[in-house]
Amino acid sequence: MAVETFHTLIVKNRRNSFILIGAFMVLFIALGMLIGMVWGGGEPAFGITVAIIAAALAFLLTLLSYYGGSSALLGMSRAKEIKKVDDPQLFNVVEELCLAGGIPVPKIYLINDTAMNAFATGRNPKHASVAITIGLRQRLNRDELQGVMAHELSHVRHYDILYATLMAVMVGVLVMLCDVFLRSMWFGAGSRRRRSRDSKGGGAAQAILLIVALILAIIAPILARIIQMCLSRQREYLADAGSVQLTRNPDGLAGALVKLAGDKEVLEVANRATAPLYIVHPIKKFEERSKSIFDTHPPVKDRLARLKQLSY
Amino acid sequence: MIGLWVVIAVVVMIVLFLIAVYNGLVQKRVRCREAWSQIDVQLKRRYDLIPNLVDTVKGYAAHEKETLENVIQARNQAVTAQGVQAQAEAENMLTGALGKLFALSESYPNLKANENFAQLQEELTSTENRIAFSRQHYNDSAAVYNTARMKFPNNIVANTFGFKNQEYFEIDEPAQREVPKVSF
Repeated sequence: MAVETFHTLIVKNRRNSFILIGAFMVLFIALGMLIGMVWGGGEPAFGITVAIIAAALAFLLTLLSYYGGSSALLGMSRAKEIKKVDDPQLFNVVEELCLAGGIPVPKIYLINDTAMNAFATGRNPKHASVAITIGLRQRLNRDELQGVMAHELSHVRHYDILYATLMAVMVGVLVMLCDVFLRSMWFGAGSRRRRSRDSKGGGAAQAILLIVALILAIIAPILARIIQMCLSRQREYLADAGSVQLTRNPDGLAGALVKLAGDKEVLEVANRATAPLYIVHPIKKFEERSKSIFDTHPPVKDRLARLKQLSY
Repeated sequence: MIGLWVVIAVVVMIVLFLIAVYNGLVQKRVRCREAWSQIDVQLKRRYDLIPNLVDTVKGYAAHEKETLENVIQARNQAVTAQGVQAQAEAENMLTGALGKLFALSESYPNLKANENFAQLQEELTSTENRIAFSRQHYNDSAAVYNTARMKFPNNIVANTFGFKNQEYFEIDEPAQREVPKVSF
């Protein structure tokens, strides 16, 4: 029965990825149009131009991140690919789990950092990579390593990796677009243009347009982030459950989470864009890893509590 | 006239739907068979590892003849075993014999320190896990297939075209059901 549930999850995740792109495209066009109108002093042609540029930029970035996102992320995290001779046990653990999940063996990367963390990336199980820091690799026993790797492979199996990458890019573009607009308002680029046109009593309409655009530009990125983080937290719980579905051994992952929670070190190679990908939040200091709607990860205490409830 | 077209359209849609159901069932059945064949691959991996292991242990504990011979004998029995029941029994014997071998290695510090032995131990641990996981994957695939087969309206297609129920891989001893906790 559990298998069915995860299967539906995968179908949902892939469909949601497309809906996500579509929804963001519509949002970009609408927002671009609105911003263009304000910049162009209410001129529709200028609005359409900006809308097209915004949509094209988003589309291009989507394509880029679909094909090159994982290598960019791995590069950013300074991860090095390793071969079986470098760490036979790690390879064995991953290969075993791939048998359990019926997926191809992903590429395995090592991050040269003493902080404890791990993440998965790629666009589908055939093009996937998992990375682990040296700090985490060294401090886990075989069962715990298995739990962590099963968590990462669950992200791969659930297509979380595709969804998370696309989401990160979309939110990034949205934030950038609104940022550019808000900055331009500071320098009054819009008002200068507007004065040069002869407006026949369109002042009130333009003022409303400006206010709507300003409010949207402030609210949209915040909303997008809240949605992104909320989905990210949900995915962590699901990957924990998926890990147990693969290993049938909740104690391994639980042991690893306890060790991860006790790690006070900050992972230097992580940043806000890559944070949602990791098994525990890489940047926040451990005292701050608490409940909040802006968090990418649920608190470890909650994750442990849910693991205890799982039966398989 | 319009009525005729409607009937044709409905028939075409039903046929397309049935084809989709049929193909879906075929795909799930293929996955089951793939999963099943993977189990044999992993069992063979274990048979191949054992002679190496025995040779290594011999170098340090040659006088533990009985234990070593038991392992070899159990392995050969497992390789030649015919039928599911006989094979399951032989596999159980082999697991037991290997367990004894590793227990014995505790009293030979030199053997435990041997890098080759440690490597073999890791490989064997991994193989035990692989066998368990490929069985688990087979059962998962069989569960997906069986559920699909029994659902309405798939069951009509399944019964018409002879899609049979896939049996689960079951082990008699409850202790064997669990993922082997390898602590040799």
